[in-house]
Amino acid sequence: MTTTPTPGQAVTGELTEQDGPRTPRKLSRMEKRAIATKGKLSSPWASGIAIVIAILWTIPSLGLLVTSFRPEADIRRSGWWTIFTGNAELTMDNYNEALYGNSNDLATFFVNSFVITIPAVLIPISLSLLAAYAFAWIKFPGRNFLFVAVFSLQVVPLQVALVPLLSDYVESNGFFNAVFGADMSGSYWTVWLSHSIFALPLAIFLLHNFMKDIPASLVEAARVDGAGHVKIFFRVLFPLLVPAIASFGIFQFLWVWNDLLVGLTFADPSYRPLTVAVAEMAGTRGGDWYLLSAGAFISMIVPLIVFIALQRYFVRGMLAGAVKG
Amino acid sequence: MTWLLEPDTTTEKLLLMVVAVALFVAVMGLILFLVDRPKRIPAWVVALGFVGVPLLFLAYGLLRPGLITLWQSFFNRNGTEFIGFDNYVTAFTQSQFQHVLVVTAAWVILAPLLSAVIGLAYAVLVDRTRFEKLAKALVFVPMAISMVGASIIWKFVYEFRPDQPGIEQIGLANQVLVWIGLPPQQFLIGQPWNTWFLIVVMIWIQTGFAMTVLSAAIKAIPDDIVEAARLDGLHGMGMFRYITVPSIRPALVVVLTTIAMGTLKAFDIVRTMTGGQFGTQVVANEFYTQAFRQGNQGLAAALAVVLFILVIPIIAYNVRQMRKSEEIR
Repeated sequence: MTTTPTPGQAVTGELTEQDGPRTPRKLSRMEKRAIATKGKLSSPWASGIAIVIAILWTIPSLGLLVTSFRPEADIRRSGWWTIFTGNAELTMDNYNEALYGNSNDLATFFVNSFVITIPAVLIPISLSLLAAYAFAWIKFPGRNFLFVAVFSLQVVPLQVALVPLLSDYVESNGFFNAVFGADMSGSYWTVWLSHSIFALPLAIFLLHNFMKDIPASLVEAARVDGAGHVKIFFRVLFPLLVPAIASFGIFQFLWVWNDLLVGLTFADPSYRPLTVAVAEMAGTRGGDWYLLSAGAFISMIVPLIVFIALQRYFVRGMLAGAVKG
Repeated sequence: MTWLLEPDTTTEKLLLMVVAVALFVAVMGLILFLVDRPKRIPAWVVALGFVGVPLLFLAYGLLRPGLITLWQSFFNRNGTEFIGFDNYVTAFTQSQFQHVLVVTAAWVILAPLLSAVIGLAYAVLVDRTRFEKLAKALVFVPMAISMVGASIIWKFVYEFRPDQPGIEQIGLANQVLVWIGLPPQQFLIGQPWNTWFLIVVMIWIQTGFAMTVLSAAIKAIPDDIVEAARLDGLHGMGMFRYITVPSIRPALVVVLTTIAMGTLKAFDIVRTMTGGQFGTQVVANEFYTQAFRQGNQGLAAALAVVLFILVIPIIAYNVRQMRKSEEIR
């Protein structure tokens, strides 16, 4: 479910600010560009390859997007590229059918995705923040051992925990039922819990790294002033960590929204997220491209908006190693 | 109060969501409040307030199930009889599963390598050009899309229509074949190439990640080094080979290992595009099939453990490289 820590030093360059005061002698823009062009691979070839890659990475999505607005009969009859040669009737019918149709109301699943995602982002991040604080700034016996243990849990693929966790939710004499006294399997509750658990190791590890970067003198000063750990956490560290939290939050959001495995395994059919519904659609109605194209874009619209609006944080989080696979 | 467990309407669902978040905040708030109350309190009690719940979650949801899975992998399909390493023997010797392992290996080798190569080439090519931001955004967008969405996008590219007069191709890949005068192909059915066409989807998703990390690494190369190399007469490929690649080695390792691990565990693409048919099955999807379709718990557990074992060398390599680059500094 997770991936790796990054050797942060290797990739500290800011993606957006190219001309930051990084080197001792600052080069002017012209000089930089001169260096860049001289250092380039032979130019016409270079731009040719770049353009080919850019096209290959754009055309597939564009094709499906165009298709999602074409009438059903047209989609069956001709390729989407024909709309550029005159045959350009466009419609919203496919979206209507996919969202509110009799057999496939993706609108319900859209709500499910939303309801699953928000707590599954807030809960693990809050828990990880608290744990990361304790591992970074509270001295207690067994601290190092526990931190290494949490760190190594990152390695465990989701699949390893899946079946026993599910059977514990389901079994009437399992831990889960013993504690809560109710069969919650398949409800939002177990989906939230599962997502939260699976997010914890990476989140604790990353937020711990950010916490460690904050100067010890700040924490010490607050302690001398008589602040307890809870106060230090909320007053001193939390405000400083907001950017880090934002970048990890976006990742967790995208990961939960785009997840298939957890939703498929833990949620009852009526509480399943969009990804599961769309994947099911691809399985049962594989040839109905008017539905599939609209369905795919309905499932993509929220992550795309989040991603485009918060790209800066996204890139920063990625460079800090906050990447899930 | 059934809506707390089984909400029916959208309002009930949203209300339940708010209740859940509020409940969580209340419980955590209470714990922190109690821990903060008394004046003289041992550090470990405070620490317990902070790490208690997360550790409980991890012990319950990862550690315990992981150990159970390991245990179950030594039992037969419904867990009634101890059969030693038989499940592992099955996974490694039966030709059906050997094929799955070979296909998985192809994924884990090809997807990271090609994503990194294309991402690096693209990062170098668009570096400091006028269109850099736009060019990067175009390649980057697939990262925001779910693998299910990406699979549908590409399934449409590969869509096949029989080669008969009067029938037009609607998938772009086959239309391109027709345009250059070749017969259309069943991209997702013809073995062994169909696996390659699935891997393409993974590369399409992951290249944006490779490009972003590598591009940042390239920008972090100090200008004076580049300038000095240029004065020494290095240009084009020479500059790339002797300056760029060695400088970004640590970032390259991170990109390769990260994508390799992601690829190993991903089953969404195979499941959505072929359902594991036509010889495209991978370990992660075979696990799902055995656990939830075939009902062979023992074998499924063994496959999950195999997945776990395959991840370890990648992580070990990554950690070693990290140590090395820290020593240099």
